[in-house]
Amino acid sequence: MSYAKPRAGVQPVTHQWNKITVSDLGFSSPTRLENGKLLIHIDELTSLLRSDPNIRDVKLAIARPGESVRIIPVKDVIEPRLSLIPDYPVFPGVLSGWDPDVNGIPSGEIVSVSGMVVTTVGSIVGFQEGLIDMSGPGARYSLFSQKLHLVLDITVKEGIGRHDHETSIRMAGIKASDYIARSVLTPPLPAGSGETLINPEDPGSPASPKRAVGNGKPRIAYLYMLQTQGLLHDTYYCGVDVKTMLPRRIVPTEVLFGAIVSGNCVSACDKNTTYHQQNNPIILELLRRHGTDWDFAGCVITNENVTLGDKQRSSSLAAELIASLSPDGVIVSKEGFGNPDADLMMNCSKIEALGIKTVLLTDEFAGQDGASQSLTDTHPKADAIVSTGNANEVIVLPPMETVLGDDRVITELAGGSSKCRLPDGSVAIELQALIGSTNQLGFETISSRFK
Amino acid sequence: MAEASRSRKYRVVHYVNQFFGGVGGEEKANIEPFTIQGPQGPGRLLEKLFREEKADVDIVATVVCGDSYFADHQETVLRDLIPVIRGYDPDLVVAGPAFNAGRYGMACGAICRSLEPLGTPAITAMYKENPGLDQYRKTVLIVESSNTVSGMEDAARKMVRLGIKRLRGEEIESPKTEGCFEQGIRKNYFHEEPAYRRAIDMLLRKINEDPFQTEYPIPFFDRVEPRPALPDLKGVTIALVTSGGIVPTGNPDHIESSSASKYGKYPLDGLETLESKTHQSAHGGYDNTYANEDPNRVLPIDMMRTLEKELGFKPHRYYYATVGNGTSVDNAKKFAKEIAVELIRDGVQAVILTST
Repeated sequence: MSYAKPRAGVQPVTHQWNKITVSDLGFSSPTRLENGKLLIHIDELTSLLRSDPNIRDVKLAIARPGESVRIIPVKDVIEPRLSLIPDYPVFPGVLSGWDPDVNGIPSGEIVSVSGMVVTTVGSIVGFQEGLIDMSGPGARYSLFSQKLHLVLDITVKEGIGRHDHETSIRMAGIKASDYIARSVLTPPLPAGSGETLINPEDPGSPASPKRAVGNGKPRIAYLYMLQTQGLLHDTYYCGVDVKTMLPRRIVPTEVLFGAIVSGNCVSACDKNTTYHQQNNPIILELLRRHGTDWDFAGCVITNENVTLGDKQRSSSLAAELIASLSPDGVIVSKEGFGNPDADLMMNCSKIEALGIKTVLLTDEFAGQDGASQSLTDTHPKADAIVSTGNANEVIVLPPMETVLGDDRVITELAGGSSKCRLPDGSVAIELQALIGSTNQLGFETISSRFK
Repeated sequence: MAEASRSRKYRVVHYVNQFFGGVGGEEKANIEPFTIQGPQGPGRLLEKLFREEKADVDIVATVVCGDSYFADHQETVLRDLIPVIRGYDPDLVVAGPAFNAGRYGMACGAICRSLEPLGTPAITAMYKENPGLDQYRKTVLIVESSNTVSGMEDAARKMVRLGIKRLRGEEIESPKTEGCFEQGIRKNYFHEEPAYRRAIDMLLRKINEDPFQTEYPIPFFDRVEPRPALPDLKGVTIALVTSGGIVPTGNPDHIESSSASKYGKYPLDGLETLESKTHQSAHGGYDNTYANEDPNRVLPIDMMRTLEKELGFKPHRYYYATVGNGTSVDNAKKFAKEIAVELIRDGVQAVILTST
């Protein structure tokens, strides 16, 4: 039996993050890092993944920036990482049991590979996953075009249900990422770059500065909205389906350890893959300049459920939790679009009603011609919005020499249509189909304005 | 090349109403369209200003039509006039300025909108309250003019500057800086800063009460007041319309899983319930496992049949379906308008809308 450790008065949770750059990928035995090149033992990884009885076949492939390669349909993208903290593994609650409230979050070290990701593909439940182009005009829209990809093309056994299918593929990506990290990131490590991230004081701690006795720096909190609408629209926190949770505070650097795992990829443009969660740029920026340019007051995660009652309850609780951090202002990031616009506006109006200023990150669905209104819900208090682009805008993608996965689904992707294939083999497709293109954690530079 | 194109001779056609065409005032607003060779009225000023700006422009023809005639016969006038205008092989068409003349503004907008998709650049000018503005701003570049003819020279100068850019094939990135009304069209671009940094910067400005500019100004939203409940359903014809994507198996109309560009109309005759064999969800915005298992969960035909006997209403013989996922409000409005016209024609008195 373990009990929550006393936290008051202790030092804030601190994590040292070391990054080992990978310059190329290859297949060879054993799995190792050699002069910056990551070599993967195909049979060992394949048999590990095939230990899942639902998985029939796994094909491994490599994609590099600049190659004429299309990866489609993408399920998830994951960055391999290894926790060097005893008893606090990566993907807590997913690959092992973990309760953040019982154990607390220990300080220590984490190592990641940099420049390389694990990408799962394969027909999941029929339609809607997105694509990554490694070169051409589509490459400008996604940070993933600049990464080395170990692509896992996974086929499941016939007759398994859609939910089990999704679980198997989600877990395969996590397991492969963990396998690589354990194989190559154990000390002694080659030289990499590193940084130390110090989390905000726990608001319960006597050392935590409150606005009333503030030091003159603006206090900024972060409300982190996670899509939770069912199959292929779910997100997991420490292994728990977030739609079954209430909003809660997290230690911001928990995301580094994979505490938030993606189970969603539909309408790929604005869904946070696990990579996006691991590298949340809002959290990282707020931490990096915490104590110098501002005080990072803390992070609250909340869900985007489908019923009105759930939306009302979650937004009320989220606003209350944010207020408990006594911030001057809060950044609110949304995931998904349409239905979550309502959650975004409820969060905004309830937080503003408490006298806390908000800035919202959202993408737009203004129609292919850009002439329609962009959001399905609004509120007069939503007067500070950062746009991450109109996802309906059409882009023409030329054919690629190599397809990893299956591109027959392209007409059915969200953003595709039965007429999207052009006679020369190109596809005219909405940005919606490019994974991460209008990401609402703010990774990309695309925006939209009135013409 | 640039020099060569600058010294080129350009052909411009000018559209005016009966007043500026020199025919007469309101009493002549019913005259049919006709064409004058060369410039007429404000066309002379336009030609002079083009040349002042070193653009070698000839206004080769002036097309005149009475405002009321245009308004009453818009379809036939456009059908006849557009080939006439294009017959002059113009590099640019200038319509107006229309100032605050409503029918004139509508005519100028309609002419420009008809020409643009045919590859003929066309511009106009009007006052901010001209009804032609709201109708055509999204598809036509409209220069802002004063409300009366006293602003003719200013409007003409702005039209000439914009016209020269269009003659040279320049992309109009920002209509506002060209003196035009914003088109209200969202257009993507790459910012220098990633969005997360812009968000934090904006929040710091908002906290410090410094001026900041939202990147998406919140629009005015239509709110539809629900109609009062029907006291008695006996004999009332009720239709089902859904944005939940329930379609016959195989999705015969290929309604898109997101950003729908169409809707379908499907028969309910003889159907007591929906089966997973005969119907499915085409919607990609929710977990449709359960809708596919039992499509009545989204389009409750089974319940309609039960209640039909109990309450004595008549279900309409067809249902309409589209996918609400990411579908633009403009498309949704268009579908609703078409569906409503058919429902009224078919004697439907009430509609149950199901969504997901």
